[in-house]
Formats: sequence, C-alpha cells, structure tokens
Amino acid sequence: MGVISNNLDVWWDGLLGTLILFVAGGLVALVLGTIVGAMRVSPIPIARAMGTLYVNTIRNTPLTLVFFAFAFALPPLFGLRLTAPVPLLLAICALGIYTATYVAETIRSGINTVPVGQAEAARALGLTFGQVMTLVVMPQAFRSVIPPLMSVLIALLKNTTVAAGFSVVNLGSVRAYLSERGENQLFVILWVAVVFVALVLLLSWLQRSLENRWRVAR
Amino acid sequence: MSSVLYDVPGPKAIARNRILGVVTVVVALAILGFFVWRLAATGQFTAEKWSAFTYTNVWIQIGEAALSTLSAFIVAAIGALALGFLLAIGRLSEHAWVRRPFTAVIEVLRAVPVLVFMFLLYYGLPAIGVRMETYWAVVIALIAYNGSVLAEVFRAGVESLPLGQKEAGYAIGLRKSGVMRLILLPQAVRAMMPVIIAQLVVTLKDTALGYIITYEELLFYARYIGSQAALGSPIVPATIVVAAIYIGLCLLLSLVATTVEKRLRRSPRGGVVAGANQPTQEVTDTELIVAQRGLGKFNPGAGGGV
Repeated sequence: MGVISNNLDVWWDGLLGTLILFVAGGLVALVLGTIVGAMRVSPIPIARAMGTLYVNTIRNTPLTLVFFAFAFALPPLFGLRLTAPVPLLLAICALGIYTATYVAETIRSGINTVPVGQAEAARALGLTFGQVMTLVVMPQAFRSVIPPLMSVLIALLKNTTVAAGFSVVNLGSVRAYLSERGENQLFVILWVAVVFVALVLLLSWLQRSLENRWRVAR
Repeated sequence: MSSVLYDVPGPKAIARNRILGVVTVVVALAILGFFVWRLAATGQFTAEKWSAFTYTNVWIQIGEAALSTLSAFIVAAIGALALGFLLAIGRLSEHAWVRRPFTAVIEVLRAVPVLVFMFLLYYGLPAIGVRMETYWAVVIALIAYNGSVLAEVFRAGVESLPLGQKEAGYAIGLRKSGVMRLILLPQAVRAMMPVIIAQLVVTLKDTALGYIITYEELLFYARYIGSQAALGSPIVPATIVVAAIYIGLCLLLSLVATTVEKRLRRSPRGGVVAGANQPTQEVTDTELIVAQRGLGKFNPGAGGGV
C-alpha cells in the first residue's frame, strides 16, 4: 500500500485526469454521436452518406492515430501553443470524435430495433410527428440503447489511458511520475490495473441495474 | 422507403429535405474548406514539406514500419484466436472449479486497458528480472486482451445454438470433446465469423498503441520523419501518409468482414443455424454479443473491443 499512501498527490491527479477525460470525452461523444446517429437514419440521402463516411472512416482509424493527429499535426496547423489546458482539450476532442462513431452506431441500431409497425400504428391513431417520436419510438429505442451504450462508455473509460502517451495526466501516466520517485513500477502498474478493474466493475454493475430497470417488455 | 422514424415524404417534406440536404453539404464543405485553408496557410502544400517523400529510402523505411505493424498484428491475431478458443472452452466447462477461474481471468483481462497491460509487460516486469522487447510486449498484450474478447464471442456463438444440436451429438455417441469439436464450435465460428473478423480489425488498430511504448511501427516512424528539421519537419504530411496506410489496411480487413457476412447470408447453408439468432446488421461486436444472447442475459463484463 506504500506505493499509494506515500504518493497520494500523484494518484489523486491521475484519477482526476482520468475522470475528466471520461466525463468530458463522453459528453462530446454523446452530443456528436447523437447528431451523426440522427444523420445516419435521416430521410436525406446526402446526410446519410456523410454520416456513413464519418463512421466508417473513424471506426477504421486507430485511436492512437487520432490522438497523434490531434497532438502533433493540429497544433502547427492551427498555430496552437501547447500550454496548460490545450493538450487536455485536444485529448478530450480526440476521445470524443473517436467514441462518437460508436455512440452513433449504438443509437442507430437502437432505433432499428423498434418495429416499423409501432410508428405506423401511432400514425394511424393520428399522432403528430413529435408525438410519435416522444411517446412511441424514443421510449422504446432508449431502453434498447442503454446496455450497449454503457459498453461504449466502459470502452471509453479504458481508452482514456491512451492520453498518457500524449502528455496528458491520467491513471495511465501515474507510472511515469512514480518511476521518477523511485517506486517499484510493477506494483504501480498492478495498482493501476486494479483501479481500472474496480471502475469497470462499477460501470458494469450500473449497466446491469439500469438494464433490469428498463428492460423492454415485448 | 418507410422507416420507423418518418413516413413516405409528401411534396412539402421533399422540399424541406432538399433544403436540409443543401445545408448538410454546405456545412461539410465549410469544414473541409477550413482544413484546406489552414493546410495552405501554413504551407503544407509546398514542395519542401513533401520533399521527404521523394526519397526511395524513406519509402523503404515506411514499408519496414508497415511490416512491423503487420507482423505484430498477424502474430497477435493467431495468438488471440488460440487463446480465445482455450478460454471459451474453459468457461463453457460443466465443472464449476474449471469454469470459475476461467471466468475470472476473462473478466480481468477484458477490464484492464490494453495500454496498461503493455506497460505492465514492458515497464513492470523488469522489476522481477523479466525483460522483453517492445515487439513481444505489444503482441502479448494484444493476445491477452483480444483473446479474452474472442473467448466471449465464441461462447456467445456456442450458447446461441439450439440445445438440440448438443443433445443430438450425445445421442449418436459422441463424447464431450467430440460434441464441442465436431458440432458446436464449427457452427459457432461460422455464425460469429463477422464478429470475429471485426475483432481482428480492433487488434490491427490496437497495434498502434505500440507507439506509446516506443515500438517502431508506422506512427513511430511518422514522428521520427516529422521531426527531421533537415527535411522541413514534415509532421503534417507524415501524419497524412501514415493515416492513409493505417486506414487503408483497416478498411481492407473490414471489407473482408462485410464480404464474409454477405456470403454467409447468401449461401444455402447460410451459416444460419436453425433457431440461432443471426447477426445481420452492421453493428459493434458488443451489440452483436447482446443480440446473440438475447438482451435479458446481457453479460456484466467489460465493454467489448471498441
């Protein structure tokens, strides 16, 4: 335990960094992913094509490459200075843009699980477009989206470690700081792994309880 | 075309859709134009920035870097498939004392980020006297993670088969190993083929993590060539070139996945096992596993290979 209790400051900074990346990256991913997901199911062919292009390209790009482009190629392009908040913001954008494709696919397949007959029946009853969406389609789609969306978020949590390779403080970079203080790296990394297993178990538990609460009765 | 979201459009809706289509194109062109403007404004289109890519040696080295990416991927893919089979069979065991440890190993391997596993192998193990090259750290970490994810895929495939398959196997006198080897696994692999290849794409993508522990692959080379002041520090062109290679490789493998999936759906035996849920849409593998198992039995484990 000495590895942790003697270096609480570094561990706290690391955990905080991971949580900031997770929450902020998740928010970017949810907003962008919802927009792209909506484009993917819209009645406008050109918007569908754009959404498909974005999803297929980014999903076939390694996350490390996305980070690489944001950390090394964008600053000279936009004349950014890599002072305090900029690397963090770039990392959040990289995570968000990468994860957004998975969010978009989850939302799209969630909407596709709602049988067409549901919407047709709602229209036959004379509900307006807004009513069909808010009362019939979205409540059902939302329920079947939650479990896979939580899986995407768990993957996002694990992906935050990649930021450690691009000088953003998080749990993945704790190792580098503590090795300078002469700690045993093996124990440090094992503890990082333990923290991740705990966080992932926590999210999985949340996933299961949400899923049980919102199970689709069909 | 009727969808759950909208009806067949009338004249008003068609007009509105056209306007929205134009808006989409304008926004996309604006983003693209902004990038091209920034590229031009910072002189990325000048011959000097691209001069590095006129040397044969540079291309030979790019080829070598691509080869080291591919060799790590191929070894990791084969290892992950083997480990996946092993872990899946262990987890499907009828004996709790075999099943429980395998389940625990799978869950832990899936929950630890691949990069942390690479750190453990490359920076952690020297503390107990085990030193390995970056290549092996990358390959072993990829095998461990993807093997555990593939184990879950195989298991989901086996569990999606109708119970009658297994019972028929026992009825004609096969033993446990025969039922697994001759009846369950071939059908499971067939049904899960698209997901398996999708996971291999994830493996290929994750080889890029080797850059962070200084494995000399494509990104490492891009960083190296991009910092050569004598060549005008062409970091942006180098990123573009390497990105094109990486995305090309992954797209190629994804293409194989979709082709296999289409062929499976078309062929008369179809990989469609009677009664099994067939993954038909293009979705993430986590969702496919969910679909295969039925939503109710969603596994509490870590998110799949995103």
